[in-house]
Amino acid sequence: MTDTSAATRARVAATLKRRYRTERIFRGLGLAAVVLSLLALATLLTDVVGKGYSAFRQTYITLEITLDPAALDPTGQRDPAELLRSDTQTPLRDALRNRFPDVTSTADRRALYQLLSPSAPFILAQAVADDPSLLGRTFRFAALANDEVDTLIKGSISRDVPEDQRRITDKQIAWIDQMVEAGDITTPFNWAFFTGGDSRDPESAGILGAAVGSALTLAVALVLSFPLAVAAAIYLEEFAPDNRWTYLIEVNINNLAAVPSIIFGLLGLAVFLNFFGLPRSAPLVGGLVLALMTLPVIIIAARGAINAVPPSIREAAMGIGASPIQVVFHHVAPLALPGIMTGTIIGMARALGETAPLLMIGMVAFIVDVPRGVTDAATVLPVQIFLWADSSERAFVERTAAATLVLLGFLLLMNATAVYLRRRFEVRY
Amino acid sequence: MLKKTLIAAACLAVAATIATPALARDQIRVVGSSTVFPFATLVAQSFGRTSGLKTPVVESTGTGGGIRLFCAGIGDAHPDVVNASRKITAAELTTCKTNGVTEIVEMKIGFDGIVVASARAAAPLAITIPQLWLALAREVPNAQGVLVPNPNRMWSDIDRALPNKRIEVMGPPPTSGTRDAFVELVMTPGCSAHPAIVALRTADAAKATAACAGAMREDGGWVDAGENDILIVRKLEANPDAFGVFGFSFLEENADKVQGAAVAGVKPTFDDIASGKYPVSRPLFVYVKKQHNGTIAPGLDKFVTEWTEEKTWGTDGYLADKGFIPLPTAERTTSRTDARAMKLVAIP
Repeated sequence: MTDTSAATRARVAATLKRRYRTERIFRGLGLAAVVLSLLALATLLTDVVGKGYSAFRQTYITLEITLDPAALDPTGQRDPAELLRSDTQTPLRDALRNRFPDVTSTADRRALYQLLSPSAPFILAQAVADDPSLLGRTFRFAALANDEVDTLIKGSISRDVPEDQRRITDKQIAWIDQMVEAGDITTPFNWAFFTGGDSRDPESAGILGAAVGSALTLAVALVLSFPLAVAAAIYLEEFAPDNRWTYLIEVNINNLAAVPSIIFGLLGLAVFLNFFGLPRSAPLVGGLVLALMTLPVIIIAARGAINAVPPSIREAAMGIGASPIQVVFHHVAPLALPGIMTGTIIGMARALGETAPLLMIGMVAFIVDVPRGVTDAATVLPVQIFLWADSSERAFVERTAAATLVLLGFLLLMNATAVYLRRRFEVRY
Repeated sequence: MLKKTLIAAACLAVAATIATPALARDQIRVVGSSTVFPFATLVAQSFGRTSGLKTPVVESTGTGGGIRLFCAGIGDAHPDVVNASRKITAAELTTCKTNGVTEIVEMKIGFDGIVVASARAAAPLAITIPQLWLALAREVPNAQGVLVPNPNRMWSDIDRALPNKRIEVMGPPPTSGTRDAFVELVMTPGCSAHPAIVALRTADAAKATAACAGAMREDGGWVDAGENDILIVRKLEANPDAFGVFGFSFLEENADKVQGAAVAGVKPTFDDIASGKYPVSRPLFVYVKKQHNGTIAPGLDKFVTEWTEEKTWGTDGYLADKGFIPLPTAERTTSRTDARAMKLVAIP
């Protein structure tokens, strides 16, 4: 007896070192995996933040502007709609010429005018329409600078490269430097980025249109897919008879969850656009397509959550006389809700990042107006990122990164909501 | 409670979807070429700002896909304008006609230069069209005039004067209009000019045509780099030995990073593409559905006017500022007159 136990002990002692080592290696590998993924995340974030933070500031040129009421509002009606269409380019150009009186040749003047964004006159017209008392006054106005000026001020264009290799000339740089010295160049927080729609001028391109489009699309998708998915999951888990048909449906749901998203786009094109005649590029159709795409994901998560509710709860409820419906809605569903919500948020987060299915239904488009409803033309955040990333203008690089940050913010907000809701509804037993 | 609200909302949404008939449109819809997209969006934006109407929606679907949508019919669901980086084909016009799209206005708007570019760090390249074909074709004739898989590894294998560097060119994939144009303007003419192919044509015309159909080599000399031109620019920056094929506007915007190779002795500059001296350039078109004017698309005629304004497509217009190559002045005038009069395309 003692012999065998001594032998066992010896055997254990002999392998002990190896077992400890295996343990250490395993832990080390696990830690390395965590560090590696954190490193990848950190690299990504640093890159995006490093490229994108400058988009949150925007360069403006402060000019002394005189608005001539006779030219801008010949009727004298002060009608905002008329004022919006008035020629505000001339006063801006006059102001620039007054700022640099020694610039006289036509070519030089053209170069001088190019310092201002093509959007600047429209911003001034908007300001005049909002406040007609500006007419006839001379005041200091911060005019939006062109994207070339903006990138120069932010240091994305090097002054050292030869003149013919950059889109801003030495003369223009000299004028800018002169204005910087005089303190006429300001870089305030870029509100327009968060309050405007898309634009082909990087300096006035905003993210709001895409953000609203994303919100509308996701709202439609959520409203449709959540109740349907939960109902399907409850039926399959609690009421469906255990036969071949149920099995077939289960297999199909699991397969649907793995179908590439572009297939849903094709389906949307064929069914919603061509058959039902719904409008192209509308968040309504986008939401319908994304709802179809997330439906299986939510069903699977909801079934898992319902399945995880202990049978004792059901039995106890039934034991005190609850009907099957009461068992489900009073006891099982509330307990499963946190799990269902987690699944829903995962599905929605995936839907938020989709572009492929939206390509088919016309949401990959240049849309300036911020959508006001689910049938207005709209685009979504990832599509906006894609479109900006594809633009040739240098100033779109920072905007692409900034839009990515906004998308990440959106995602973070959704996840935070999910965590909050889960905490709120979680029932411990 | 939460659930009841959600279910009620879902029912409402479904009911609303079924009850609302397709709403009448209040804005112009444009589809088509990704090459014309950056210019069309500028025009749309300017139109939206000055006309008092809503800014048109511009989709980048590619020329072929755009024309298919355009020709699908008349009505709210179908686009009003299609941008094309090539002329519409007779077959496409027939499809249009079958679907009731019989009144189409063609506007030739300008040119797009296709450049062969490399990083600023590389030595400037001067190349001819036959040399480009010899570098990039899948099969080229050997010394005996027999077609063999492309044996040229280095640029210097083709001509001693070319750099002693490996052939590596990134360009658009076959789905791209830019690729079609590159094949049409470089690969086919380069091939047809080769003495061995000329000889082959007299012997076996079908074989010669097949050899010149524009099959690119697949051994790494030519790389399909996707539709994203700006990505090619970044890759060139990282690899000074490689070349890239893309539209002139990307060269223009990134002149500090990449340079264009001289093709047949001409550098891709604004003036030389506009005058037609630079050989690799193609016309761009916009097609307008006249039947939609006023009835389905409000202000479609004004949109045509915006396109053909001198401040838009002229030599000093806002499109030229972004790398757009305008038509010669005389052609611009006739094109403007025809477009504004809504002169129709003859449909076979």
